[in-house]
This record gives sequence, structure tokens and C-alpha cells, in this order.
Amino acid sequence: MRGAHAHVERWSRGASPLHSLDARAKMIALVVLLAAIATTPAGSPWMFCGFFALLLAAIFFARLPFVAMLARAALVLPFSAVFVAMAWWSAGPRAAFPLVAKSFLSVLAALLVAASTPWPRLLDALALLRVPRPLVLVTQFLGRYLFVVTEQALQMRRAAQSRQGVARKTKDLSRHFHAAAGAVGVLFARSSERADSIYHAMVARGFTGRFPAPTAPPFALRDAAFLFFSIAAALAIRLAL
Amino acid sequence: MKSVPSIAARPDAPSPARKPIVEVRGLRYRYPDGTLALDGVDFDLRPGERVAVFGANGSGKTTFILHLNGLLRGEGFIEVCGRRIDRDTNADALAEVRARLGLVFQNSDEQLFMPTVLEDVAFGPSNQGLSPEEASARARTALDQVGMSDAAGKAPYHLSAGEKRRVALAGVLAMQPEILVLDEPTTSLDPPGQRELLRLLRHLPQAILLVTHDADFAASLATRAVFFERGRIAAEGEVREITERFHWSRESE
Repeated sequence: MRGAHAHVERWSRGASPLHSLDARAKMIALVVLLAAIATTPAGSPWMFCGFFALLLAAIFFARLPFVAMLARAALVLPFSAVFVAMAWWSAGPRAAFPLVAKSFLSVLAALLVAASTPWPRLLDALALLRVPRPLVLVTQFLGRYLFVVTEQALQMRRAAQSRQGVARKTKDLSRHFHAAAGAVGVLFARSSERADSIYHAMVARGFTGRFPAPTAPPFALRDAAFLFFSIAAALAIRLAL
Repeated sequence: MKSVPSIAARPDAPSPARKPIVEVRGLRYRYPDGTLALDGVDFDLRPGERVAVFGANGSGKTTFILHLNGLLRGEGFIEVCGRRIDRDTNADALAEVRARLGLVFQNSDEQLFMPTVLEDVAFGPSNQGLSPEEASARARTALDQVGMSDAAGKAPYHLSAGEKRRVALAGVLAMQPEILVLDEPTTSLDPPGQRELLRLLRHLPQAILLVTHDADFAASLATRAVFFERGRIAAEGEVREITERFHWSRESE
């Protein structure tokens, strides 16, 4: 049993024009697009529609499932709800809509890159683009152990479920909450121990604090062309619409 | 279908005259919380020898092997491949010891942390200063050795427990060590996986130190056994002799 990231991981190993592009080109295009979306003024719904159309076209070229992609991107909405509610309260619904649109479009764009680039290539791209090494390493370990830790969380939940009934009364609910809090605590302690073990295993294989730098694949003409057109499209939507 | 190999019949059985490649004398270690984990351990391992390490949970086995490549530093004398390991051993000497003594950890997930299998197996060799091409070549040879060549481009989380174990072993073999130290290698392996691992280990030229609870596995692989009790080696001898003396197999008693 696997969580949501397993789908994205499977998609990222697909084949499409977008998948075959250099990961660096996609990362740079993503950053430009995010900047364009973030700076879009509140009173310009056409710009949001433009970005949305651009992303839908990219999803089409990446041969990714539309509905599943949109549903995954929508997962961010509960997290932006607090800010949306604050904007609504202080300046009305006209100020709230752009926040919803911006958070949704930004996550959709990031998801698109993650779903069309194999994880190792994405990490190499970050390193080659001179993103600070500690940041890349934290991302790398997060990606690797997300699976291990979710698996463990699921096992703990199953173990807890098989020893307790279904919550019917408030008292039961508070007991459930107690159990969940305990599980989170155990998970945290276990992760900290695991970090020690991983470090030991690394040192045992001669790790001295430096990771071998990835070798740069050739940046082809089509990568440059993609980068040019995606930046041009983002700027055109941001400045012209 | 248990087969107990006769130790005397092994053609490559080491002669006691050969100088030990691991020599430990009077090793003591106290954990920061005050627990005395090792209380005077004396131990020798000779080239080509395969020794099983038995002992109850918490008797000091794992603490002991973490000393052999300097991950933990206690008091006493340790020499590995002619190098002293103590608190003053510098980073270069430690790097050399770690290249010669390969440690395969109990939980393979904690050893496989790189995004792909090939990168993970190449991690050790590239730490040894090999170029990316050389490190990859070494990694491919090691993967071939454990029969996992097809998995080179895979992510570690797509592997089964047995495959992870073999890749973890390849990660250490790629460093071309003289000594292999295996911590509970049969954990979470199904019987075919255990047979496969046994066959693989039997064909390796390295000296092997095998920490395990699995008496049958140890008897099929090791030539000699030591038994840990409360931070000391309480006994050593032939594998079956030790397991019988300490009632260390499921059938005994």
C-alpha cells in the first residue's frame, strides 16, 4: 500500500516529449512560470486562464492523466484556506479568488515537473543548477525515506486499528486521538534513530561529507528551444493579457 | 535437509600460523548513558576465515562490530589490516580501514539511500576517490556478482527485501574489501533468499564475520564461532559445538 507520491513517481517514469527534455530546462521554466504566476495582479482573471491553459497543454504533451493531476494539485487548497479566509474577511471575495488561483496553479506547475521528470534526474538538475548542496541532500533524503516512513506509519495505523474498535462516543474519539499522538511520537523517535543508522552506513562506506557531483548531460538544442518558448509564453501571458 | 559441513574437510581452512587481519585485545566500551556494552573482548580473524558471532540480544555483538571500522571508539587494542584503530587514528587511516573492512548493515533500507541502485553501489567506490566512470564500472561488476545487474537503474524502494539485501552487499563488495562483516544478513529473507545468499557468500574470497541468531545458516557458512555474553566472548569453538553448548538452535534442549 502506497501514498500519493507513488503515483507521481510512476508517472515520472513515463515517456513523452516533456519527459525527454533536460531536467534543468524544466526547472528553470518552472521558476520563471512561478514568478509570473506569483506577480499576477488580483484583477486579471484572463491571466489566470492563460496560465491554466498553458499548463493544460503541457499536461497533454506529457501524456499525463488530466483529472488525476488536477485532483492532486487541489490537495493544496485546504492548506491555503487560512489565507483565503483572511483575504476574504479583510477585502472581500475579489481578493480571495486570486489566492486560490495562484496556489492551485503554482502547485499544478510544480507537480507537472515532478510528474514528468524521474526523481534522480530532478536531483541532478538541482545540483547542476548550483542549488546549495545541503538543500539538495535534504530533498534527496526526504524523497528516499518518504516511502519508508509512510509505510511504517501505515503499519502502525493498521496495528492500532486491529487492537481498537470503531470510535462511537466522544470518549472513544479522545482515546483515538491519544493513540494517534503516541504513534506520531514513536514515528518521530524512530526517524531520528534511523537517521543515525543511515549516517553510520554512509560513514562505513567511506563518506567524508562530500557527495560525488553529478555529470552534466549535454544541453540539446530542443532543450534550449523548450526553455525559450516556455519563458516567452509565461511572459506573454503575464504582460500581454 | 540440514547439511553440516565437516570443518576439517574444507580445503581452504586457514592455518593458524597466518597473521590475523583483525586483532582485538581487551576492548571495553561504555555507552554515554553508562551501560557497559563491551567488557574486555579478545578476538582474532585470519585471512579467508569465516567466523559466526552469536549472543543474546544486547550482549554486545553489534557494538563490537561498530568498533572494527572506527564508528565507535572504546578502550583497548584494535588492529585491522595492520592499522591501529584508537581515538587518535586520523581520517585517512580510517578511510583505508573502511575500504578494507566492509560492513553490511542489518536494515538494508538504511544502507540504500541513493536515488538509484547503480548510484548507491557506486557510492563507496567514489568515496574512495575513483572517477565516476571507474566507480560505475566497479558498481556494475559488484551488481553482476550478486546477480542484480538488471536492477541498476531502479529505485531502491522498488526492490524486494532479498533484492535489497543483495544490493546492500554489492555496495560493500564494490569497495573490494578484504573483510566482510555482516549484521544479521538473513533477517526478513525467505528460505530461497537465504539459500541464494548462502551460495553467494560461500563463493566470496573475503574473510567473513557473521553476526547472527540463525544457527543453521551460520553452521553452513562459518568455520568457527564465538559466543558473546554480557560484553565478553564467553566461548569460542566449532559452530555446532557452540550452538549445542548454549542451546542456540530451535531444536536444542
